[in-house]
Amino acid sequence: MTELASTDPLPKPKRDPLPALLPVVLALVMLPLVGSTSSWVTLTVASLAMGMMIFIMASGLTLVFGLMDVLNFGHGAFIAVGAYVATLVLLPLAGWMQADSLLSNLAVLVPAALLSMAVSGALGAVVERVLIRPVYGQHLKQILMTTGGLIVAEQALYALWGPDIIPLPLPSSFRGSFVFGDIAIAKYRVLAMLVGLVVFVGIQLVLNRTKIGLLIRAGVENREMVEALGYHIRRLFLGVFMVGSALAGVGGVMWALYREQVHASMGGELTVLMFIVIIIGGLGSIGGCFIGALLVAMVDNYGGFLVPKLALVSNILLMVAILMWRPRGLYAVTSR
Amino acid sequence: MILSGDPPRSRVLTILLVVITLALLTTPILFPGAKAMNVAANICIFAALVASYDLLLGYTGTVSFAHTMFYGIGAYSIAIALYSLGPSWGAIAIGIAAGVPIAILLALAIGLFSLRVAAIFFAMITLAVASAFQVLASQLSWLTGGEDGRSFRLPELLQPGTVLVPKSALGFEINGKTLTYYLVFAASAAMILVLLRVVNSPFGRVLQAIRENRFRAEALGFRTVFHLTYANCIGATVAACAGMLSALWLRYVGPDTTLSFSIMLNILLMVVIGGMGTIYGAIIGSAIFILAQNYLQTLMHFGSRAAADAGVPLLPGLLHPDRWLLWLGLLFIASVYFFPTGVVGRLRGKPRPAP
Repeated sequence: MTELASTDPLPKPKRDPLPALLPVVLALVMLPLVGSTSSWVTLTVASLAMGMMIFIMASGLTLVFGLMDVLNFGHGAFIAVGAYVATLVLLPLAGWMQADSLLSNLAVLVPAALLSMAVSGALGAVVERVLIRPVYGQHLKQILMTTGGLIVAEQALYALWGPDIIPLPLPSSFRGSFVFGDIAIAKYRVLAMLVGLVVFVGIQLVLNRTKIGLLIRAGVENREMVEALGYHIRRLFLGVFMVGSALAGVGGVMWALYREQVHASMGGELTVLMFIVIIIGGLGSIGGCFIGALLVAMVDNYGGFLVPKLALVSNILLMVAILMWRPRGLYAVTSR
Repeated sequence: MILSGDPPRSRVLTILLVVITLALLTTPILFPGAKAMNVAANICIFAALVASYDLLLGYTGTVSFAHTMFYGIGAYSIAIALYSLGPSWGAIAIGIAAGVPIAILLALAIGLFSLRVAAIFFAMITLAVASAFQVLASQLSWLTGGEDGRSFRLPELLQPGTVLVPKSALGFEINGKTLTYYLVFAASAAMILVLLRVVNSPFGRVLQAIRENRFRAEALGFRTVFHLTYANCIGATVAACAGMLSALWLRYVGPDTTLSFSIMLNILLMVVIGGMGTIYGAIIGSAIFILAQNYLQTLMHFGSRAAADAGVPLLPGLLHPDRWLLWLGLLFIASVYFFPTGVVGRLRGKPRPAP
């Protein structure tokens, strides 16, 4: 060990650009395989949009795990709840949705998204208090409790809204595509990408530029130390859990609009995808979650285009490949 | 001797188990109706399946979401063999000879790949693998019949039309269906007794040691990954056999009856309600659950209609027969929270350390 003088600059955090390059490399490799440029652009935009939406939904899950070692198997319930709550606003105001002006479309969409965030965030607080707090530190019981929560939430949604699929048409401003020559880009995908980027940048800013973010990052790395320094990590955790649930809710609204339908089983279906994403990314890592979401979406889209049969298991293959390379995910942040 | 030195250790529990066993044994004689037979056969099959899951969840403390996958492998291997080779005993033998090794190999692969890490990782990976398998089974329609599944015929001896002893001789009819039922009953009972033997062997003790403190078990010199993988393979084998029995009983397999995630949830509910870490809990849990599944819905139907007549808002929706899983889910959470040892743990009284 060499002596460090107090005037020496702090050692720079190690940069690890390799995983971040992975989606770019994958997209470029796919260009000759797909053949035509126009379908490549469409596929790439589609996977970016899908990846952003998955990222929004999964980001809370990975932070919650990183911070408190809690894996919420019921995270998908917030997605479904968010989507259903949004229908409360979107369906009665369907006239505004179909009006041909961006302003009135947004006047419906934004309140709907905010309401979903509020409701799923509040629900997150309740779930954290009732289901998760009694079983801190007990993995087995956490899995059982949150799985039970997922069942109850799904059934309650059926009981309240009925078992049928609710169709949810896109607002008219976001229907159709931008066309450049022979390249068509769906408008809604651009919106999804923008929202996803805003959320990603927002989370990164909060985590890296604020005191709360500092505490969260410190808590992910070493919870006991943060507690020893006198911070209420449980309160911090409650906050992270609520924000994560709210993000899942707004992700649910976006996903429902993307699929143009709402169904209570969507939460359970997306759970598997989210797990694959956060395993690939490294549990607890936001950057890893972002890259993982993009990779999963890319493999899904390119795979579905090139080898449709393979698309069924492509996500599993991707996960196996990544774990062979880095057994603890792309960015291993937790010591657990 | 036959219980491997692990008696129920509670008078009420003993009585319950004896009553359930006798009821299952005499169902074809006392209640020869199609529905009662179906319920009884389902209880037998699920008791074995849930017991094999309990080996993983209750005795080793690992949560696997891939148990229905092994169940499905067993069911599909019998179904595909009988469908493509015609109804013969040889086809059943081929189905068994193909299905069991596939299940074991897959369990081995999953175990070696992911049991080294924490329980939570294993749970996620099995969930992902199982959902991929389900999609695969519903897409490879040339082999599995896709979403429609496969209907097939059994060897002649087991067909319902084959009357062995007519009703006039004994007062009840023994036909192929009865014979199939007793085959299911005997095989399930045998599997449960084998599992009871496994968990009470030195091997089973090591599994419990791993559950209580994996690090200490490793420090004592046990190769924990080997033990966990071995337990995973045993569980997978029994699950595959239970799947075969279910295929024989239903004469049909499809993704919804064997592979769906809701069956996995049902198994979880049965283990937890019956009692984790007690093989007997599987029998109690599956009996309670399947009786509830079949008869509680009728009850809820009346409740729902009464609430609708009384004009209470919301209650008719909550009591609708299709919403029975809502109530079981609440029961599930309550039982994990308040009595994690389940019915059997409660009856035995002596508090076992929670897994």
